Amino acid sequence: MSGPLLSLRGVSTYYGSVAALRGVDLDVGEGEIVTLIGANGAGKSTLMMTVFGAPRARSGTIAFAGQDITGLPTHRIARLGLAQSPEGRRVFPRMSVLENLQMGAALHDGRHLAQDLEKVCTLFPRLKERLGQRAGTMSGGEQQMLAIGRALMSRPRLLMLDEPSLGLAPLVVKQIFAAIAALNREEGMTIFLVEQNAYHALKLAHRGSVLVNGRITLSGPARALLDDPSIKAAYLEGGHAPVETVPGEA
Amino acid sequence: MAAAPAPPAALLKDAGLFALVAFGLSVPIVSYRTDLGASGLELTPRWGLVASLCAAVFLLRIAQRLVLDRRAARAARTPAPHQASEAASAEPKAGRSLSQLGLSRLGLPLFVGFALTLPLVAALATGGLSPARYWIDLGILILTYVMLGWGLNIVVGLAGLLDLGYVAFYAVGAYSYALLSTVFGLSFWICLPLAGLFAGLWGVMLGFPVLRLRGDYLAIVTLAFGEIIRLVLINWGEVTGGSAGITSIPRATFFGVPFKAGPDGFSALVGLAFDPMHRIVFLYYLILALALITSLVTLRLRRLPIGRAWEALREDEIACRALGIDTTKTKLTAFALGAMFGGFAGSFFAVRQGFVSPESFNFLESAIILAIVVLGGMGSQFGVAVAAVAMVGGPELLRNLGFLKSVFGEGFDPNEFRLLLFGLAMVAMMIWRPRGLISDRIPTVALGRRKAIGKDLVREGHG
Ligand SMILES: Nc1ncnc2c1ncn2[C@@H]1O[C@H](COP(=O)(O)OP(=O)(O)O)[C@@H](O)[C@H]1O
Ligand SMILES: [Mg+2]
Repeated sequence: MSGPLLSLRGVSTYYGSVAALRGVDLDVGEGEIVTLIGANGAGKSTLMMTVFGAPRARSGTIAFAGQDITGLPTHRIARLGLAQSPEGRRVFPRMSVLENLQMGAALHDGRHLAQDLEKVCTLFPRLKERLGQRAGTMSGGEQQMLAIGRALMSRPRLLMLDEPSLGLAPLVVKQIFAAIAALNREEGMTIFLVEQNAYHALKLAHRGSVLVNGRITLSGPARALLDDPSIKAAYLEGGHAPVETVPGEA
Repeated sequence: MAAAPAPPAALLKDAGLFALVAFGLSVPIVSYRTDLGASGLELTPRWGLVASLCAAVFLLRIAQRLVLDRRAARAARTPAPHQASEAASAEPKAGRSLSQLGLSRLGLPLFVGFALTLPLVAALATGGLSPARYWIDLGILILTYVMLGWGLNIVVGLAGLLDLGYVAFYAVGAYSYALLSTVFGLSFWICLPLAGLFAGLWGVMLGFPVLRLRGDYLAIVTLAFGEIIRLVLINWGEVTGGSAGITSIPRATFFGVPFKAGPDGFSALVGLAFDPMHRIVFLYYLILALALITSLVTLRLRRLPIGRAWEALREDEIACRALGIDTTKTKLTAFALGAMFGGFAGSFFAVRQGFVSPESFNFLESAIILAIVVLGGMGSQFGVAVAAVAMVGGPELLRNLGFLKSVFGEGFDPNEFRLLLFGLAMVAMMIWRPRGLISDRIPTVALGRRKAIGKDLVREGHG
């Protein structure tokens, strides 16, 4: 495999006449965890959805596995092997957990459905206990697990997660981040992680980028970003103090 | 709403206020009936009616306050379910009674069993087929709406596309049969699939440009489409016969054998004495079969990926697209399939009536069918059946309340109050059952034994 799995070059996205992304360059290599951090309204979700073609980039190019996907409709992009856990999770509330997971595998003929279900349930044992429950009646953390599980059911080459820690208790955040790390470590899953929780995201990722007002201001190895004084001031010690790890928790 | 029940005095005052408003409204609207008599306008006072209306409003308001207060008091004691999100409160675990779950599971088989035996029961109860004609005719009418409701349910209840012009496809089906049979002399059994096909094609043709629209816009465009079809039927006189419609449409045959007296008729074939009721009973079972086919196809599709995609689409279109689902195609299949069943129902309508005219396909029909789906609980087949019985059978009930004449005077026609009662029923539904009669949704894949993910389970999902 030559070149990155996902690459954005000079991508600008507008809402009407207001620019939300201004010339973003970004690469995600095969097998990497790359995180994008930034404050509320920086344009993180816009970037993720632009990759999926809704909204569409006004200029620049987006390539996935060497193929230009800038103009493709959303469902065609997803069929190439991109999956996402969108902002706000967006599980199907009136459908059961099992049905939600089956929807994730909607593109496949069902040959490896049982196997994939087993895999998701091993990753998130909580889902296994709740397969028959309506998704809308689950807690926020469980819905987040379901959103990730549903994305995994499509057997993606790239998993994109938009703020999976949003609104969740620290303990649940730890569980979810541990699952993300395990996915990458054990299966070599390529992951693009959008987060406001900069400390946790940078601890987990190999590389990171910082988005400010629709522009990438800083990129580099995650460890280096974690030690960067400007990041410390803006994202770590300021608004989001590192959450102490809870000892003795799986 | 106060948590504690209101004191009786306040309750009476409140209800009295309501009655006063009702009085104020009914004086100009109800109190005098105007008839064109020999010497100009004749006024008939109807103060008895006004009084009873006010009394009814008074009592209803008291009842409503009592129920609402009690519910508010209960909610204040147990706040938990109401703090959950909207979706969660759709099915608070405590409130999900076993009996309701049983109703949504067993209701449909019960309904079908009842429908199957209705002609027999009616004949036994009234002492013969001919006296039972009224009930069988009513059954046919209700089943037609059950079928239309089940067809529209695919579009509105499952796929979540608000279609206000469903009657257009009903019309396409009816005129397809009418024209094919009168012009080309084709038999009902050839026309039936063709009518469904044409209606489905119209569904695709309309849906293709329109289904990119969302919610309100889609509703407006489908509403317009329903009207356009009707206006075309009226104005394209050379083909459709204009407002007069098409008459002397051939009647249904028993798979080619006509229902008539004589050696080559149906009764001679099966060795019964000729009875014109045979045809009516046949029509009854025909529409029952058509409705059941609609129901079975829907139930089957719900278990397949396409049916699940419809429901997912109703829940969250953006999430669907991100999962790689072609939402336009998915909507189009729902739309076309709903249209096809509308077309089947339409051709049945034509063969039963023997004539069709644009009048039968106005917006009120669309509204009634939609109301049946919404009242039934958007997606529940049994709910739709119950709603159809109530919406179509209810007005019939009104017609039979002749004894009310002795209360309200000779000029009283209970049928005039049909829309009023319809409105009252809607308001009551919004208050007590905002999610429809049967709001329980049974997952299409149930967990079999234990919580294991077995291969059998998976196969069930992908049939
Ligand atoms: N649908 C939309 N229409 C118009 N403006 C939007 C829309 N979605 C987001 N924006 C704007 O674009 C900017 C970036 O938003 P978003 O990508 O959601 O940021 P983040 O995910 O980093 O919090 C914000 O200023 C936001 O107000
Ligand atoms: Mg966001």
